[in-house]
Amino acid sequence: MAERKKKNSGQELQQPVRGILMAGVGGQGILRASDILSHAFMASGLDVKKSEVHGMAQRGGCVTSHVRYGAKVYSPIDRRGNVDILLAFERLEALRYLDYLKRDAKVVINDLALNPPAVNLGEMAYPKDILSFFTATFPEVKIVKAFELARQAGNARAENTVLLGTLSRWLDIEIPVWERVIKEAFPPQAAEVNLRAFHLGREA
Amino acid sequence: MDRSLLSGNEAVARGAYEAGARFGAGYPGTPSTEILEEFSRYPGVYAEWSPNEKVALEVGIGAALAGARVLVTMKHVGVNVAADPLFTVSYTGTNGALVIVTADDPSLHSSQNEQDNRHYARSAKIPMLEPSDSAEAKAFVKAAFEISERFDTPVFLRMTTRVSHSKSVVTLNEPVPPPEAEVKAPDPRKYVMVPAMARLRRLEVERRMGELRAFSETFPENRMEINDTDVGIITAGMPYNYTKDVFPDYSYLKLGMVYPLPAGLIREFARRVKKLYVVEELDPFLEEQIRALGIEVTGKELFPFTNEFDPGIIALALTGRDAETIAPPAVAIPPRPPNLCPGCPHRGLFYVLGRMKVFVTGDIGCYTLSFMKPLSGLHSCICMGASIGMAHGMSKAAGEKGRGKVVGVIGDSTFVHSGITPLLDMAYNKGEAVIVICDNRTTAMTGMQEHPATGFTLQGEKTKELDLAALARTLGIDSVRTIDPYDIKNTREVLREELARPGSSVVISRRACVLFKRRPREVLKPLRVDVNKCTGCRNCLALGCPPISWRSFQDLPPEEVVRNTKKQDGNAYIDPELCTGCTLCRQVCKAGAIVEVD
Ligand code: SF4
Ligand code: SF4
Repeated sequence: MAERKKKNSGQELQQPVRGILMAGVGGQGILRASDILSHAFMASGLDVKKSEVHGMAQRGGCVTSHVRYGAKVYSPIDRRGNVDILLAFERLEALRYLDYLKRDAKVVINDLALNPPAVNLGEMAYPKDILSFFTATFPEVKIVKAFELARQAGNARAENTVLLGTLSRWLDIEIPVWERVIKEAFPPQAAEVNLRAFHLGREA
Repeated sequence: MDRSLLSGNEAVARGAYEAGARFGAGYPGTPSTEILEEFSRYPGVYAEWSPNEKVALEVGIGAALAGARVLVTMKHVGVNVAADPLFTVSYTGTNGALVIVTADDPSLHSSQNEQDNRHYARSAKIPMLEPSDSAEAKAFVKAAFEISERFDTPVFLRMTTRVSHSKSVVTLNEPVPPPEAEVKAPDPRKYVMVPAMARLRRLEVERRMGELRAFSETFPENRMEINDTDVGIITAGMPYNYTKDVFPDYSYLKLGMVYPLPAGLIREFARRVKKLYVVEELDPFLEEQIRALGIEVTGKELFPFTNEFDPGIIALALTGRDAETIAPPAVAIPPRPPNLCPGCPHRGLFYVLGRMKVFVTGDIGCYTLSFMKPLSGLHSCICMGASIGMAHGMSKAAGEKGRGKVVGVIGDSTFVHSGITPLLDMAYNKGEAVIVICDNRTTAMTGMQEHPATGFTLQGEKTKELDLAALARTLGIDSVRTIDPYDIKNTREVLREELARPGSSVVISRRACVLFKRRPREVLKPLRVDVNKCTGCRNCLALGCPPISWRSFQDLPPEEVVRNTKKQDGNAYIDPELCTGCTLCRQVCKAGAIVEVD
């Protein structure tokens, strides 16, 4: 946790605030992922704030986490139309937060559908063609089968680190920094699985 | 010094520790819970979950009178419970230091109302600080301890959900040593609030408010940031960040102390800017006081009274322009409300209650979610403990017609919090309602906190375990029975019998929360649907258990369609990754189609 202040390059001090939105379903490890990401920004010498809401939202409901980073961050949450990168842990949840995204936002979507209750009960349909809508709308979209890669890494629950790996391609965070914050976030054995998961996601 | 990424709640705990506080009390409640949990882990700290917020505050007052620096934590509605001692400890003063954290919940993320607890500061005449991020949370709690000691007053620290649960960078400092607590010679003129003495202390409170007003003028956390003087913003807490995010060039008066207000500073700021806005969530608390100073401001004409803000809401209010967003495809997005977990013991109980012709007065906990379809097994929720009093009142008012028609349902932690006195009332006044205590052995909704009926303390030590059944009998309840909510048939039978019986009943529905880790749960095999037996009756769907879904034959490839009855249009499916094997669905499936995974 305790990070020493790293030398700030002049360029970083200029860095405008950018926002990443993670969206998914309770139990998918979103809070852990946004913690790791925030530590990685902090260890890279940037200011960072992150925000999510706990409580009732954890009981299988939607979970979102905003991570905002730059030279000096005020708001821990973004406004609609302003998010730079969406990291969706589930297809429908990608669509739910569409209005938060910039026109040229980059998007990672986990190729996974989790039925909400109304779909389970046969009352509503799970929207089709979400992935093609995103690929047609945004310039850069990565679709990842995080579950399979996580399983390949040794634990299906490491989906969240797979997705961080994919996201990492678009961020200026050095690999050793990622590796350090991932190691710090897990007990030794799980850390190894998660490092593998991260790299599989990065190459995906 | 070390930099850490801390949540607002973790920062409050750290700040209290650094300020030399070693004593904490509270009752769990989102978004405040993690403060005391985190505080309890620091070396030398005594921290307790009290049965409710009133007790926590009284414990805190006692510890402060002994000279300790004390942190008391609760959510906004908890202050309602603690309001009785609150208003009078303002008179007596604290001797040591007493900081009360109120964690408000704009947007009602996890609450039954959206009250603005800044009003408590004003009506109880207690100063209130409000941080805007974690670094401030840590700094302000330290300032709060200093103010408390210096002015002999309790001090409020107001958090909101967004400040409590956001993480930001904090620089850690070394703790100062705690003061020695001792039991001193009594001073009845200060602490015995009978009318003659309370009248004198009443004068003292006004004198102290005068001093605090003067202090607020020089308190460094009330600060002006003069930039573009065309627009001046007076704000506090998280809305400061939202506004700075979109309008970094405006001038700001950022108030760290939201009560009492620095009238001189506000006047000076108003003079220096052309157009003045007040940006605050919920009530026009600052705005009305600033207007009362004779200063013209714009506030709630533009900004909403309800819900938390975000940078977009502020941009919209101040510019009239909404954000540019991408047009969504023309599909309905199914909502994803929170649900009871797979294998949740509440499910069996509320499945049964939802199918009885009874009014179920409910309470605060995970089980409140059972009001939703398909369980539909709970019909009211007002506040902690209300279920029992309401059930008693309803069945009394309905007289003969109400017999066997009213059930009150309350969780174990909520029962201990404020269910004991209404249960006593029901026994004493010969009520006839059936009260169910859903005893899942923990305070589940806020994340598994201990309470007197779990037999463990906040700091994980074994202690006396309250016997709920013996307590109910002692209070005078005529019939006390225990059921396992995983057994639907027995649950239904016992509830029917108790509803038919004259006199008062308590049914303890006991089964540990599925997420509860302290006692290892027996691992049950997940279940599956045998498509060769499923008749497509949809009985199992009525449990609303997340692993169970409906597969319409329309959407299935023809080779997977297995029809066991003529009209069948689909079959049920159980996700083996999610199923805990609780067997509830097997119990409601009349076709015997639900079997163990091989
Ligand atoms: S056994 Fe049935 S009711 Fe219980 S968790 Fe599994 S699917 Fe849900
Ligand atoms: S209750 Fe049994 S028969 Fe009816 S839909 Fe469910 S699995 Fe099929």
